[in-house]
Amino acid sequence: MSLLSARSLTRHFGGLKAVDGVDFDLEPGEIHALIGPNGAGKTTFVSLLSGRIPVQSGTITLGGEVITRLPAHARVRRGLAYTFQITSVFPGLSVFDNVALAVQGGTRTARNLPAAVDAALARVGMAGMAAEMAGTLSYGHQRLLEVAMGLALAPRVLILDEPTQGLAAGEIEGFKTLVRSLLPQVSVLLIEHNMEVVMDLATRITVLNFGQVLARGTPAEIRADRAVQEAYLGA
Amino acid sequence: MSRALVLHLAVLAALLAAGLMLPSYHTTNLARILVLATFATGYNLAFGYTGLLSLGHAMFFAAGMYAAGLPAWHWGWSAAPALLLGTAAGGAMALAAGLLALRTAGVSFMIVTLMFAQAFALTLLYFNSWTGGDEGFVIPATARNLFGLSLSADTPRFVIAWAMFAIGLLAALALVRSRFGRVMVALRENEERARMLGINPFAAKLRVLVISGFYAGAAGAAYALLFGYAGASFAGTQYSILPMLYVLLGGAGTVLGGVLGAGLMFYLTEVASSLTDAWMFVIGAVLVGLVLFAPKGILGWLRGKFWRGLP
Repeated sequence: MSLLSARSLTRHFGGLKAVDGVDFDLEPGEIHALIGPNGAGKTTFVSLLSGRIPVQSGTITLGGEVITRLPAHARVRRGLAYTFQITSVFPGLSVFDNVALAVQGGTRTARNLPAAVDAALARVGMAGMAAEMAGTLSYGHQRLLEVAMGLALAPRVLILDEPTQGLAAGEIEGFKTLVRSLLPQVSVLLIEHNMEVVMDLATRITVLNFGQVLARGTPAEIRADRAVQEAYLGA
Repeated sequence: MSRALVLHLAVLAALLAAGLMLPSYHTTNLARILVLATFATGYNLAFGYTGLLSLGHAMFFAAGMYAAGLPAWHWGWSAAPALLLGTAAGGAMALAAGLLALRTAGVSFMIVTLMFAQAFALTLLYFNSWTGGDEGFVIPATARNLFGLSLSADTPRFVIAWAMFAIGLLAALALVRSRFGRVMVALRENEERARMLGINPFAAKLRVLVISGFYAGAAGAAYALLFGYAGASFAGTQYSILPMLYVLLGGAGTVLGGVLGAGLMFYLTEVASSLTDAWMFVIGAVLVGLVLFAPKGILGWLRGKFWRGLP
């Protein structure tokens, strides 16, 4: 059974069919990439999954439980974590406090908060930076902090929205290693524009276009798909 | 013991010493300041730490005042149960108002809380045969006695006010340094982000508002019992604005901001009104200067300059 699934998920904004009857399954232990041209509905789709935007019709289940009507924070508590496309750490708080908030709000309430924070920071290579103010970190470190906060939630599903945007080439390599290391405890839904990252990381890819699923398959299948090439890769 | 705890205990000790050693004129002033500071400290938890800009805290203060004063007046209650009922009434009022008002945020929240407070003030006037209307009522002397201490005498009155403030201050310190205190600040900084970290903003803000209501209720009840009078003017907008001014002056989001602001504002008013009839002009000028040069208040400015860890 899939870990996270959506059936006929729909959300229109006026006449714009941002998400239009999308079926989707995230299997345990996979990295599933969601790609598509700008305006294809990717961010709206994950906003529906995470509960940031209410669903118009369709159902969402997490681990067999229907979560369609649950508020966003309740979904996080059940193990569905979302990291923001635009870095939105708390700039006025320390790195420690940022991660501690995630630990507190996650699926496991940690007895030993400092240890849990340190573990999450070590995971992304930011050990020893807990005392710094989040707002003074470099952009790359803020991205990593964002991921550390996602991990600190101890999720079953981690939705990464454009995680490599703005990262240097060297940082991207480290990031790929990090995402791979999350499996199989965490399953990843990745929205990404960088095709190299997608082809390299994803076990499966879903292509959205005009709010609908255009194609689905392994990276090799997607690369060979004519419809995808026309709509997206610009062949 | 952490540096912060030492600082707060030292402030409490200094206040106690000042109240016991200064001439009785200042002892009475300090009692009044500490009651208002308790109110402001609770207001700061909602406004300074959680970002809930309420314009209706007078209704929690007045709820405490009347819940303590009315039973004392009508049924001859003594001070201890009146104080407890007043505190509970402040929290209950905050719960009721919060359940409705917290569906809004920002400017709407200000307006909704203001309207609720106005409605409550008018209710007090409407039932004037029972509440004394705008004349208010004097708390009977029998009720002004706590643990054998006469609340109309200067020193016991001060000690009671100090004890209430001390409990409130230390509880606030513990709260803002707890896990929940971190959640409060997160809600102030970015509520949407906090939600995506598994925090239920409505529930957390309601909890803060109720805690803040307990402070206001206790302060209102103590004000009635210590100074012997309850009146509808305490439910007016002025008493919603005062704690905000104290907090802005002392430092929003600092535990000691409320007492510092209340003390400074009190003595500033004293000095200015002894010098000129236009004392409100002086206060206004000070507030404008504050907004221009230290928008985070005195302790907020100190925290930025010298002590980042100041709670």
